Amino acid sequence: MEQLLEILEGLHPEVDFELADDLIDGKIFDSFDIVTLVAEINAEFDVAIPAEELIPENFNSAEAIWELIQRLDEE
Amino acid sequence: MKKKLILIIVITVLAAAGLLFLVQGLLMPKFMSEIPEGAMIQEYYENAGGNDVIFISDCEVYENFSPVTLWEEYGITSYIRGSAQQLIWQSYYLMEETFKYETPDIMVFNVLEMKYNTPSDTGASSQREAYNRMTLDGMRWSSSKWNSIYASMTKEERSKDGVWSYIFPILRYHDRWSELSGEDFRYLFTRDQVTDNGYLMQVKVNPVGDEYPVIPLVDYSFGDNAYYYLDKMVELCEEHGTQLVLVKAPTLSPIWYDQWEEQMEQYAQEHGLLYFNFLEKQDEIGIDWNTDTYDQGLHLNVYGAEKLSRYFGKILSEELGVKDHRGEEETARKWEQKCETYMNRKERLEKELTNIVE
Amino acid sequence: MSFTSIDFLAFFGILIILYYALPKKIQWIVLLVASYTFYTLAGLKYIGFILFTTITTYLVTRHMDENLQRQDLYLKKHKAEMSKEEKKAYKKEVKSRNRLWFVITIVVNFGILFFCKACLVDPLHSMSGSPVFSFLSVGLPFGISFYMFQSMGYVIDVYRGKAQAERNFFRLALFVSFFPQLVQGPISKWEQLKDSLFSPHAFDRRQVAFGLQRVLWGFFKKLVIADRIAVAIGTLKGTEYTGVSFFVLTVFYAVQIYGDFTGGIDIAIGVGETLGVKMPENFIRPFFSKNIAEYWRRWHISLNEWMKSYIFYPITVSGPMLKLALKTRAKLGRFGMRIPVYIGSLLTWLGTGVWHGFNFHFILWGLINCVVIVISEELNPAYERFHDRFSWSNKRGYNVFQIIRMFVLMNLIRATDLFNDVGDYFRRIGSLAWQFNFHVLWDGTLMNLGLTAADYIILICGIIIMFLVSFFSRDNVSFRVKFQKVPRVLRYVLLFLLLLSVILFGSYGIGYDASSFIYNQF
Repeated sequence: MEQLLEILEGLHPEVDFELADDLIDGKIFDSFDIVTLVAEINAEFDVAIPAEELIPENFNSAEAIWELIQRLDEE
Repeated sequence: MKKKLILIIVITVLAAAGLLFLVQGLLMPKFMSEIPEGAMIQEYYENAGGNDVIFISDCEVYENFSPVTLWEEYGITSYIRGSAQQLIWQSYYLMEETFKYETPDIMVFNVLEMKYNTPSDTGASSQREAYNRMTLDGMRWSSSKWNSIYASMTKEERSKDGVWSYIFPILRYHDRWSELSGEDFRYLFTRDQVTDNGYLMQVKVNPVGDEYPVIPLVDYSFGDNAYYYLDKMVELCEEHGTQLVLVKAPTLSPIWYDQWEEQMEQYAQEHGLLYFNFLEKQDEIGIDWNTDTYDQGLHLNVYGAEKLSRYFGKILSEELGVKDHRGEEETARKWEQKCETYMNRKERLEKELTNIVE
Repeated sequence: MSFTSIDFLAFFGILIILYYALPKKIQWIVLLVASYTFYTLAGLKYIGFILFTTITTYLVTRHMDENLQRQDLYLKKHKAEMSKEEKKAYKKEVKSRNRLWFVITIVVNFGILFFCKACLVDPLHSMSGSPVFSFLSVGLPFGISFYMFQSMGYVIDVYRGKAQAERNFFRLALFVSFFPQLVQGPISKWEQLKDSLFSPHAFDRRQVAFGLQRVLWGFFKKLVIADRIAVAIGTLKGTEYTGVSFFVLTVFYAVQIYGDFTGGIDIAIGVGETLGVKMPENFIRPFFSKNIAEYWRRWHISLNEWMKSYIFYPITVSGPMLKLALKTRAKLGRFGMRIPVYIGSLLTWLGTGVWHGFNFHFILWGLINCVVIVISEELNPAYERFHDRFSWSNKRGYNVFQIIRMFVLMNLIRATDLFNDVGDYFRRIGSLAWQFNFHVLWDGTLMNLGLTAADYIILICGIIIMFLVSFFSRDNVSFRVKFQKVPRVLRYVLLFLLLLSVILFGSYGIGYDASSFIYNQF
C-alpha cells in the first residue's frame, strides 16, 4: 500500500490519496494517468491489469486500486 | 385532477393547432393583386351548382371563353374550371371533383393539354411546381385532390416534403414570413373574386406581329399517359350522362400541329365525340388579330373572348340544345349580378389602361 | 430516412401510439419492427449488412457464453481437487478457445466496415464532389458506423466476461438496429441500454413530454441553425476565401457541426426518452471545455469512450507495451513510462480518423488532435506551476480566455475535415498568418455567401438561444428540469414559440421563390 501511494503521488503530487475517493469521477485521473499507473504497477508489483479491469470502480481511490492489485495477484 | 389535466392538454393542443392554422392562412400566397391565376381554382366552390356547361382546361379556356357573354346572348349557365398550365390529369381530377358538386349537360375540354405527357415534360421543375400549387392548393380536400397531387408532383417535390406540403401548406410557404404584406392580412379570411365565373378578363390590345414559326417535332404522337386520362374523361362523362365536347381554342401560339389535329379528329370520331377546332373557324367567329388579343395571339382579350363565346354559344344552344335560363327568375337575378360585376370590371380595367397609356 | 422529414415525424407519431396502446409485454417487439421498418425505408438494399452483423454477433456471443458457463460449472465441480495453477491454466485454455471465433468475428465485421469506408462512396459526398458534411453523414450502408461499433463493443464485452450474452436472437437484433441511434449515434453499450430497451414502459406523461421537448429542441438546432448556415459554408469553401474569411468559415463550421450533431443526438435521445429508453449522453457542453483533451471528453463521448475501452486501453496495457515501458524507463526515466501512452494515443486517433472516413484528410485530422493532446498533456506540470505562481490565472477572466482559445484551436483542427485536399487546408491555415483582411467582416462579403440579412438575424438569435440553454445547464442539471419550474402558461407559450420558429425559420422543403410563381404565358 505504501508503495502504491508513492506511485500515485508521483503522478499527482497535489492530491491527498489517503482521502480521495473520486479519482476518476472527479476527473483527477485521465486515461493517460491510468495507463501510466498500470505500467508502474506492473513494474513494481509484477501484476498485469487487463484492459477490462480499467473501469472507474477500480480506480476511484487508492484503496480500490490496492484491492484490485491484490485480487489480480491472487487469481 | 386527472380529468382537469387532460382538459388542459386538450385545450393546449387545440389552441396550438388553431394558431398554427392561422399562421398558415397568413403565409399562403393570396394571389389577389398579383398572379390572380393562383386564386381561380378555389373560386368555383361558391359558384358550384346550376351550371349546364363546365369548361375545364388551362388558359386556352379561361382567357378565351366568357360565361357572362354566354348568359347574355343565350341564357346559358356555365363555369370555367381553369388554371395556369393545367395538365391533363389535373383536368381529369377537377372534372371528377366537379361531378361531386353538379352534373352539367356539357363538359368542355381544350385539347392542347394533350401535348404534355408527364410532369417533367413542361420545363423547369421549380416553375412546374409553382403551377402545380396554383392548381392544387385551391382544391377542397377529396380523393380527387389526393389523386391529382400524386399524379402531379415533380421529382423534387417527391423527394422533399411531398404530399405533406399539400396537406400542411405551411411547410411549403413557411419561408414567406419575410415577405408578408398588407394583402396577406386583409385576405386572411376572405378572398375577392378575381374571375367572372372562371373567366379571367384582359382588356389590353397587343396585335399579332410576325407569323409564328412552325418548328418541326421529332415525334408528333401524343403520349400514352395523356391518352389514358383522355380515355378516363370519356368514361367519366359517360357514367354521368354528360356530353364531353373537345375544343381547340383559336389562339395562334403555342402552335397546334396538323398531325395533332389528325389525332384528335380521329379520336373524336372513334369515341363519338364532338370536336371543334376554332382555329379553322377564325373568320366565321370574326376574330381580328389586330384588336382581339392582348399578347400577340397567345390569348384572346375580352373583345375576342366575347366573339368566340357568341360563336360557341350558338353551337351550344342551337346544336346541342343547352337550355335558356333567362326566364327563370332566381337564376336570372343571380346572373344579372354577375353581368354587373363583369361590366364594372371591364369598365374599370379599360379605364386603368387608358390612364396608363396617357 | 432523415430525422428532419415529415415522414419521420409521421413514423414516430404512429410508433408512439402503437407502443403505448399495445400490451407492454410486446413493446420491445414493436421497437424491433419499427427499427426494421425504419431501416428498410432508409435503404432496403443494405439490409443484408445489418443482418450479417446481427447474426455473427449472436452466434459468436452465444458460443463464447456457453464456453464460459461450462467453465464455471467445471470449476465449481472440481473446486476441491484443482490447484490455483491448474484453475488458471484451465481458464486460459477456455479463453483461447473463445479467442479464435472472437477474432474471426471482429476481423470480418471490421473488414466489412473498412471496405465500405474505403470503397463505397457516400452519395451525399459524390453529389457535391467534395464532402461538405463528411463528419455528419458518415455511414454507408445506412448506420453501419454506429451499429457496427455497438455490436462489436458487445462482442468484446462478452469475450471479456463483462456482459452476459443475450439468448434471444430478436432482442439482440433490436439492440443492433434500434433506430434512433442509426442516424448519428450515440453508440450505446449493451449493459447501458438493455434494461430500458427491453423492460415494459407505462405511459409516463412527464417522460414523454420531456422526450418530445428534446426532439423539438433538436429540430431547432438542426433546421433553424445548422441547415441554414450550411449554405454559407459551401460558398466559403471556394478557393478565394482565405485569411479572415477562412477564420469565419471555421467559426461557421463549428456552429453548423454543433447544431447538426448535437441536434441529431437530441432527437435520438429524445425519441428514446419518449419511448422510455435511456441512451447515454453524447455531449456535455463541449464548447465550454478549457483544452482539447477535455473537449474530447465532452464531444461525441460514446465514440471516444468506445475507442478508449476497446482500443486505447487494450493497446497500452498489453504485455508487449508494458515490457516496452519497462525498457524505456530504464533508459529514459519517467518519460519512458509514457511511451505506451503515446503509441496508444496515436493508434486510437488514427482509428477515430478512419472511422470518420477512409481519407487522408481524416487521418491528418486524427494526427493533429493526437499531437495537440499529447503536447498539452506533457505541458501540464508547467501549466500547474504557472497557475501556482500567478494567482490571477485562476480567475474567471482567464477561464474565458481558455475557453475561447480552445474554441479557436479546435475550429482550426476541425477545418481539416472541410478540405479533401490537404494542401488546400494548409494554404488557408498559412493565410491566417499573413492575410489580415478584416474588411471582409463589413465590406459586404458576408452578404454574398448565400445568406440574407434575415438569415443572419435568425442565426444570431438562434445561436444566442443555444448558448443560453447551454450556459444555464452548466451545473449539469438538465435544462428541461429548470424549464419545468416556469409557470405552466408561460411554458406552453414558449414551447409553442419554439415549435413555430422551427416551422417558420427552419431551412427545409422547397424554398419559396416568388419568381417561380410569375405567370408566363400559359
